[in-house]
Amino acid sequence: MTSFTPLASAAGGVLIGASAAVLWLTLGRIAGISGILGGLTGAPGGDRAWRLAFLTGLVGAPLAWAAALGPPEVRIAAGPLTLVLAGLLVGFGTRLGSGCTSGHGVCGLARLSPRSVAATVVFMATAAATVFVARHVIGG
Amino acid sequence: MPRILAALAAGALFGTGLVLSGMANPAKVVAFLDVAGDWDPSLAFVMAGAIPVAAIGFRLGARRAAPARGAIDARLLGGAVLFGLGWGLAGFCPGPALAALGFAGWKAALFVAAMLAGMGLFHLTAGHRSVPGTGQAAAPTR
Repeated sequence: MTSFTPLASAAGGVLIGASAAVLWLTLGRIAGISGILGGLTGAPGGDRAWRLAFLTGLVGAPLAWAAALGPPEVRIAAGPLTLVLAGLLVGFGTRLGSGCTSGHGVCGLARLSPRSVAATVVFMATAAATVFVARHVIGG
Repeated sequence: MPRILAALAAGALFGTGLVLSGMANPAKVVAFLDVAGDWDPSLAFVMAGAIPVAAIGFRLGARRAAPARGAIDARLLGGAVLFGLGWGLAGFCPGPALAALGFAGWKAALFVAAMLAGMGLFHLTAGHRSVPGTGQAAAPTR
């Protein structure tokens, strides 16, 4: 059970949207995390630097948050085996489908890309079905 | 140098947004996806906050080359299905997993390691094939 936090969630969303706008307007890049991360391997040197900088900010800012305000609430119910399976699926699937929640779900929808709309509908429906099966069919 | 600083700032904004919104907490993500249970709709507000702001940015920079508008094909949808399965199982997608890396302990680290392995597996197997429908090399930036 988690509490309903519409204001904090919307404010966080505004920051995420602002990040996507900054990256697009300054570098002409899509703020898609799986693409930025996956593109690190095999990218030429000049293309690698901005990716590393972005990822440094992405990991570093929450670290700074935790140091200044205490660690944010986090609960991970999945066990080690589930985490490994889920990680493999997320890594492989986001590369195969050319995007994740950020690249398709935020940037793609903001650009009204039909591909991203299709991908977002499919991964959200699949994720909801997965939770339904795990929680109410198997876990019931 | 300004490019690097802009990328660093964008990453920091993104990471802060993920933590503030609750997306970096898998329990909250699973509660959002659990529409038949104790549904917590908070994360719909993340998209509602993010998309209009991002859309303004894309509008302002409309002259830039956007990613190729390819076909909605099996590869796109198959990838989305696999991603959705993993997202539902753990409650982590790529951004939040990285954002949680600094404070969520070994479980976040294990997920990120497996995610990197999954990406590596893709590059070793399907990654060398061209993207159907676009004629482009695989793994476009997104």
